[in-house]
Amino acid sequence: MQVQVNYFAWLRERAGCEAETVETVASTPAELWAQLDSRHEFDTEPRHLRVAVNDAFSNWDAQLSAGDRVVFIPPVSGG
Amino acid sequence: MFEISDETIDVDFLRRTLKSPECGGYTAFEGWVRDHHQGRAVSGLHYEAYADLAKAEGLKILAEAEERFGPVRLACVHRTGDLAVGELAVWVGAAAPHRDEAFKACRYVIDELKQRLPIWKKEHYIAGESAWVDCERCRAAGHGKHDHAPELAGSE
Repeated sequence: MQVQVNYFAWLRERAGCEAETVETVASTPAELWAQLDSRHEFDTEPRHLRVAVNDAFSNWDAQLSAGDRVVFIPPVSGG
Repeated sequence: MFEISDETIDVDFLRRTLKSPECGGYTAFEGWVRDHHQGRAVSGLHYEAYADLAKAEGLKILAEAEERFGPVRLACVHRTGDLAVGELAVWVGAAAPHRDEAFKACRYVIDELKQRLPIWKKEHYIAGESAWVDCERCRAAGHGKHDHAPELAGSE
């Protein structure tokens, strides 16, 4: 299946793009992260990140569906 | 109201939206771009936001504040884009029947948004280079200075 992945801040810089459509067999954000990390070498660990699916915070073991928008969220620094 | 905006924040307009006959107390917090961070001279900032989620989370924070502190009127705007030293980066306004609720709600909103909004700050230094603030350094150093669990994620 295909999912849409968006990147922000230093994850965007590491990935070299703001968004990509990813062909994957990952059934969870955790599995998707492992796939993308091996390609982009993000040099961080999931414990430092949060994940959002379809613009809502989600869990690393949530079930992904085709067409989902997945965003890995680096530690925030607003304000 | 809660907004993520790439335009200058119109404080007078926002303040007027909070005015109400039942409110006797009003307070606001303004976050300004500072010219230094951890001993380094800063020339400006760039804020990047995951706008859809930031707006949803911001509205959630305002709703939580109303639930905790009663009939308080709240507004908040967070900037994105490039900001110079001294510019207004974030504004929170709170009006309530009495000052105590206004102060508490305002404080709650700014504290929560700093920890929860998916917004990232990149500093530009006088010396020339740029860096994403704080947490990238934590990550690079590999230390556990602060855990990045949801309730603690954030920086200053």
